[in-house]
Amino acid sequence: MIKFNNFKSVNRNLPAISTASLPDIVFILLFFFMTVTTIKNQNLMVENTLPKATETEKMDKQDRIIEIFVGKANSTHNAVMGNEARIQMDNRFVAIKDIGDYALQILSRMPEHLRKVATVSIKADVGVKMGIIEDLKKELRSVNLLKINYTTYEGNVFENLNAPR
Amino acid sequence: MATHRTVQEVNAGSMADIAFLLLIFFLVTASIETDSGLNRMLPQKNEDTIADIKERNLFEISINNADEIMANGEIIHFEVLRKGVTEFIDNGGSNCDYCRGIGTDELSEHPGKAIISIKTQRNTSYPVYVSVQNEILGAYNHLRDRESLRLFGVPLEEMELEYYKEETNEERKQLLKEHIEVIREMYPQKILEPETVKN
Repeated sequence: MIKFNNFKSVNRNLPAISTASLPDIVFILLFFFMTVTTIKNQNLMVENTLPKATETEKMDKQDRIIEIFVGKANSTHNAVMGNEARIQMDNRFVAIKDIGDYALQILSRMPEHLRKVATVSIKADVGVKMGIIEDLKKELRSVNLLKINYTTYEGNVFENLNAPR
Repeated sequence: MATHRTVQEVNAGSMADIAFLLLIFFLVTASIETDSGLNRMLPQKNEDTIADIKERNLFEISINNADEIMANGEIIHFEVLRKGVTEFIDNGGSNCDYCRGIGTDELSEHPGKAIISIKTQRNTSYPVYVSVQNEILGAYNHLRDRESLRLFGVPLEEMELEYYKEETNEERKQLLKEHIEVIREMYPQKILEPETVKN
């Protein structure tokens, strides 16, 4: 027979929950975030609202990307740089004719096996005109960096056309 | 002398707080989202001009300073651009057994011969240009997906994703690569961007 009396002998006081493993849990979370995120190492010096597109492809490998920002200088810099569209690479403003040199400099910092697959990510503001983009493409062609990516947000392209410019 | 040799236990109670602080720091400084965009290849640097393109094989898109879009000589609405491009590529004028177009004499002979050119002026706005690029890529992706589904039962994008995954084994990769190339061969992207004429 089962003795129900046994239950009475169990201590009814709840033991305190041990928080000893809490640091471990938090550390695991921390490491998770450290691995899945990328830290921004660029200070934006230009306005940068990207246009929208639907047929995009992800660029998940950050190590092979050369970033070029195009846009008006933002509020902290426009006193010096004026209101024309400017090009920013690696935390500084770059003149159009120097883009090729800078791009090659960034390329030479990459490991050798990545140089062939390096992609130039053009992050241009919605307020930019095609003239500067054409010049930029011409410079990139002259240094043989042909893989480019017009970086965009995901979204309906029709919003591009109605956006205030 | 009998000294106490028992080592005092380090109080680990604040460890969680320290870790939380670190965690919050990383959450604030880091960004999860990866960039995405439209991939394009620029043409090689060479000065030779391409001659001998039949007019029917060229789909000319021009965007002027006022952001009006002209396709094959007519000003068109942006909404119909994708349809127009699709019809042009998939026209199937001669010996294209997978094309489903109407096969007129005015549009391209074969997807392999179809060339799209985008002309812009210096004051064309960039978002409009990106939108046009997007519509052209959209047309190509649609056609490629259609053929990919017909031949292999999966959309092209899915094959590409699987191809780039690390855990896919070599044999499968080889097969996928062949499949992807077959599709790309059927609808090759030929997009010209002639240099802007000074005006």
